[in-house]
Amino acid sequence: MIEIAVEHAQGDFTIAADIRASGRVLALCGPSGAGKTTLLDVIAGLRRPRRGRIAVDDAVFLDTARGIDVPARLRRIGYIFQESRLFPHLSVAHNLTYGARFASRGPSLVAFADVVALLGLEPLLARGPARLSGGEKQRVAIGRALLSNPRVLLMDEPLNAIDDARRQDILHLIETLRDAFAIPIIFVSHSVSEVERLASDIAVIEAGRLVEMRAGRGAP
Amino acid sequence: MSDGAAWSGALIFSPAEWTAIFLSLKVATVGALASLPFAVGLAWLLARRRFPGKSLVNALAHLPLVLPPVVTGWLLLIGFGRHGVFGSALESCCGLTFSFRWTGAALAAAVMGFPLMVRAIRLSIEAVDARLEQAAQTLGAPSWYIFATVTLPLATPGIIAGLILGFAKAIGEFGATITFVANIPGQTQTIATAIYSATQDPNGAETTWRLTGIALAIAFIALFASEALAARVAKRDAGG
Repeated sequence: MIEIAVEHAQGDFTIAADIRASGRVLALCGPSGAGKTTLLDVIAGLRRPRRGRIAVDDAVFLDTARGIDVPARLRRIGYIFQESRLFPHLSVAHNLTYGARFASRGPSLVAFADVVALLGLEPLLARGPARLSGGEKQRVAIGRALLSNPRVLLMDEPLNAIDDARRQDILHLIETLRDAFAIPIIFVSHSVSEVERLASDIAVIEAGRLVEMRAGRGAP
Repeated sequence: MSDGAAWSGALIFSPAEWTAIFLSLKVATVGALASLPFAVGLAWLLARRRFPGKSLVNALAHLPLVLPPVVTGWLLLIGFGRHGVFGSALESCCGLTFSFRWTGAALAAAVMGFPLMVRAIRLSIEAVDARLEQAAQTLGAPSWYIFATVTLPLATPGIIAGLILGFAKAIGEFGATITFVANIPGQTQTIATAIYSATQDPNGAETTWRLTGIALAIAFIALFASEALAARVAKRDAGG
């Protein structure tokens, strides 16, 4: 169960969304500028909304009515940013294990070897991020997020930085993540058709408002 | 022949000159290194935090840059002299004496170099992409760990530049030093104050030239070293 009910103001732009999804993969869709990334930042705790409640399964991240606002670093959210945000001075291996020493809280669902194997990162481990392609960076970012032992994965336009040929690979990968690690996924995309197959729930957002909530074809 | 002998004689430093050179290097090294943690801390606060009185703190840190050095030196004498508030406290708690000692020269050097260090380091911390720090937050890292593993390593070229600037400023520091700890050969006489003494001495031309040469050499070495170190760090960060 994913519950995102927030009101957030940022200058003239306001977001007011009440999203409830019962499946494991929630897609936030809408045109650029709709507030999708802002919403992810709010879920991750990087921005503070005016009021609201955010919960995934039995973990409550924010409940302003009850004075709960868990800091970002304690939310255990695996956030895969659009620009990957790998640490440029650390090797791929060190990027991957960055969150590991803080990941002891809660049962671990993910093992280093499994992540490396699944994402095909073995040949990249000793490299620096500057020597990776866009797709490789994306895979390392996914691995890094998974290895922080997250309660939920946030993916911001995971298909954007990737050429058409590899797009199917990443879609397939997200399906594998969903099935292999049993971690709920919230991901952002500008195209509904792109996410139909994958998402169990699709929230369509325009100008900061939820305009439609519908079921996707992904397994619930 | 005799000309040559005179020339080679002119190139040899006297013991008093060596003492001033080593004292300068000691004072500048200790001054720059001791103020580095404070400079890094303050630079981080100014670059990354919002707090009440921030512009006042910023102005105070920059004060030695715009005050006449003799005023800074006199304030140091008032505050850190034997009978000063800080001076007497530090002497009774830690046995640290500043007035008319090389430690006082190091303190004057540190204070005078501080604004330059803070400025260089602040700029380099501001240039670190804050989104990387956010990413580290989402991975569970506390702020001190993010600072040590992301901010600090990525700001290293600027921190080295700041350190060298502080060191170079310390080597050249004159007004605050001579006011605070005077110009005692073997105790507080640095290259700068020794050159000043030599220029007051009708027979001091050779000493002036030799010390000027060593001051130039130290300045060049410091600047080249900072360039080389920064280039090495930049290469590492580019994922080489």
